[in-house]
Amino acid sequence: MALTLLVNGSEHHVDVQPEKPLLYVLRDDLGLTGAKYGCGEGQCGACTVLVEGSPVRSCRMQVSSAAGRKITTIEGLARGEKLHPVQQAFLEVEAFQCGYCTPGMILSAAALLENNPAPTNQQIIRHLDGNVCRCGTYGRILEAVHRASELRRGRKNA
Amino acid sequence: MLSREFKDEAQTTADQDFEVRQHENISRLTHFFDLARRDFFKVLGGGLLVGVAAGHALAQESGRAGHHEHEIPKSLDSWLHIGENGQVTVFTGKAEVGQNIRTSLAQQVAEELRVPLSSIRMTMGDTDLTPYDMGTFGSRTTPHMGLQLRNIAVSAREVLVQLAAKRWSVNESALHASDGKIRDAKTGRSISYGELLAGQKLATVLPDDPDLTPAKEWKVAGTSPPKKDGRDFVTGAHKYPSDISLPGMLHGKIVRPSAFHAKLTSCDTSQAEKIPGVTAVRDADFVGVAAPNVIAAERAAQSIRAQWDAPTQISDRELFDELRKPAKDEDRDDDQFVLGSVEQARSNTPVKLKNTYTVAYIAHVPLEPRAAVAEWKDGKLTVWTGTQRPFGVRDELAQAFHLSENDVHVIMPDTGAAYGGKHTGEAAVEAARLAKAAGKPVKLIWSREEEFTWAYFRPAGVIDISSGANRDGSLVFWEYDNYNSGPSAMRTPYEVPNQRIQFHSSDGPLRQGSYRSLAAAANHFCRESHMDELAHELKMDPLAFRLKNLKNERVRAVFTAAAEKFGWGKQKSSPGRGFGIGGGTEKGGYVAACAEVSVKNGVVKVTRVVEAFDCGAVVNPQGLKNQISGAVMQGLGGALFEAIRFENGRILNPHLAEYRVPRFSDAPQIDVVLVDRKDQPSAGAGETPLTGIAPAVGNAIFSATGVRLRSLPLAPSGLPESGSNASA
Repeated sequence: MALTLLVNGSEHHVDVQPEKPLLYVLRDDLGLTGAKYGCGEGQCGACTVLVEGSPVRSCRMQVSSAAGRKITTIEGLARGEKLHPVQQAFLEVEAFQCGYCTPGMILSAAALLENNPAPTNQQIIRHLDGNVCRCGTYGRILEAVHRASELRRGRKNA
Repeated sequence: MLSREFKDEAQTTADQDFEVRQHENISRLTHFFDLARRDFFKVLGGGLLVGVAAGHALAQESGRAGHHEHEIPKSLDSWLHIGENGQVTVFTGKAEVGQNIRTSLAQQVAEELRVPLSSIRMTMGDTDLTPYDMGTFGSRTTPHMGLQLRNIAVSAREVLVQLAAKRWSVNESALHASDGKIRDAKTGRSISYGELLAGQKLATVLPDDPDLTPAKEWKVAGTSPPKKDGRDFVTGAHKYPSDISLPGMLHGKIVRPSAFHAKLTSCDTSQAEKIPGVTAVRDADFVGVAAPNVIAAERAAQSIRAQWDAPTQISDRELFDELRKPAKDEDRDDDQFVLGSVEQARSNTPVKLKNTYTVAYIAHVPLEPRAAVAEWKDGKLTVWTGTQRPFGVRDELAQAFHLSENDVHVIMPDTGAAYGGKHTGEAAVEAARLAKAAGKPVKLIWSREEEFTWAYFRPAGVIDISSGANRDGSLVFWEYDNYNSGPSAMRTPYEVPNQRIQFHSSDGPLRQGSYRSLAAAANHFCRESHMDELAHELKMDPLAFRLKNLKNERVRAVFTAAAEKFGWGKQKSSPGRGFGIGGGTEKGGYVAACAEVSVKNGVVKVTRVVEAFDCGAVVNPQGLKNQISGAVMQGLGGALFEAIRFENGRILNPHLAEYRVPRFSDAPQIDVVLVDRKDQPSAGAGETPLTGIAPAVGNAIFSATGVRLRSLPLAPSGLPESGSNASA
């Protein structure tokens, strides 16, 4: 089936099976490998992308239901060389070990901060509980989200 | 003290041997090393020096030429190359799986070579480019590879000083190296390494006792620079093995047996072959497909009619009785340690205790499952895969396809974790088999269910402990029998005059293998739980009881440091809130953890953990803290709720919805206390920090509830009201 996808501000025309999970279309057809396969059951969050600004488990979303909607992947988060505040914060705090969960974590956190610019610990934990970091970097990720919140405010005020 | 150190070293070597044996025991794809092991120890043995020949283009060619039969390359360029532009390239067969060694090894080279960290490029885990390496496990990277690279860097620096001295006709002692230049303090002149090496070819030999920079003087090592290539991890640019893509590449899918040990009795691939672009393979018991995309591959695999004949197998309910049966292997080598006589001591010891502990099988669950991309070209095979043993996987591939190992090239991109779970090359062999049949490159990513089922597990175990103490709290005897879990850290760090400690191999029902800290986590849980029980029996404070029986200064120091930070003894436990402690030593690391738990309506929540850790001179404090907190989190999963359930050759919980791993809401506040011993050699730190948490939590649950839990996981579905796991 021929579909049009709006990914990171660009239109992509793909001809794929409509039930193909968005994750595989991004990774295999568009070469955007930042979204990861972790479980295929929506349990780990490694495949998280933003659809119309909301975090979505791309392993569980059929590509046909993503067609025509604005999709943001980790590759589309920075503005040129300038990292998104959440990316910047993750890098500063070094809130990762193997880094495999990091794109999904960053996108989930970015969506949270859009709706809630200064979340509490409890709000962050509730929002990110569906994202697994098997390396156990949770403490630093928490710190990074707070740091991103600060960076974001700083940029807004600048 | 000296003899103690020797003892520790001997124990480490014994553990290393065990780990090697354990790899060899991982069933199915058993194409393992023999020559490799010999050479590994040869290189790491004291006083053996690697020949070094420095240069650039020409010698670098020799480094790439391929070495036969695990020969350790004899030229410096195979280990370290300094180009004419001052670029330093370090070659090591070690693999980065999130433990941050790409950065910490580079720091050690930068330190000794006196160059900025940014000028160092690490080439790792590539069987054509890097020297042979047995694998990244056993916490060996920092103490052994780090030291090797420091030696090599010192050697290179000395060559550069000699070269400058010759060029300027001055005495070497007048010169020093800093910031990538050789400098003459008297005249103020300097020359960069790159300039010195222009058009040169150098050779030297590592000195017997290289003059390493003491940790107290470190300027780059001992600090926490940003992770190398860190930006690539937050932008999605880093290519993990599962992200590798080649032109014309197909996607693979394997048809798995109906159960463990099943034999294929019939197989019809005709439907699959009708799907355009699909190649189906049946080779002995191997069945798989390659297709142009993942959906086609899944459909093709589902269309294959395969019949399997599987033997009846036991379930997890019968596991612990099964593990008590001795292994059939006549050559098994069950470690035993005896001191004094437990039998003679037993009768007149006033306080005695005897209990049995059990440990479930658990899964590593690296977030990136096994993945490989295989390509055949002119009879040569190249495979990109995530593994802790690139050279081991090369050997597996060579054996599986009857190739010379020179015709197999394994590349290990920095991988989405391993935790001891990626020693083997299943996905590599499978992808290569499909690629061979299809005549095109094939990518294979295991599904989570496959990873949960067809990888291997941390061994389950049964541990019997019988102990005795005098009323003053001094230990008299210690009898310890470990069935199947493994002998790592089986010995007690406490002073006990009469000991018998034995490991018993079993033929466990599931495929088992290495896991972060191996059996040290299980043995620490059992020993430290039992010590807690003894302390309560003796009506002593659990920390005071430990310290009374502990001479090892470094173990004492971590217990004291953790207790102090935690405020041990300052607060009394109350119903539903308790405190526990546990610790020990393994692989040159010393660990102690204190935990606070709350128990409400049977739900156990670990609210706070303090862990003190000593691994000698710290190379990268922030990286180390990250490892320690992560190990505590991972250890918490195995402590509280992780367990593989199985029945008749099938895994019953092969999904993340059924196999619970620690999430954000499980994370306690974790405070890490680094005991930086600059006077001690740096030890590895990826594993041992995992071992303190389970006993600390179990002991805290007892303190909160009076319920003693002797099985890992402690509370898979909350705290039992009563039952086999619990006794008051």
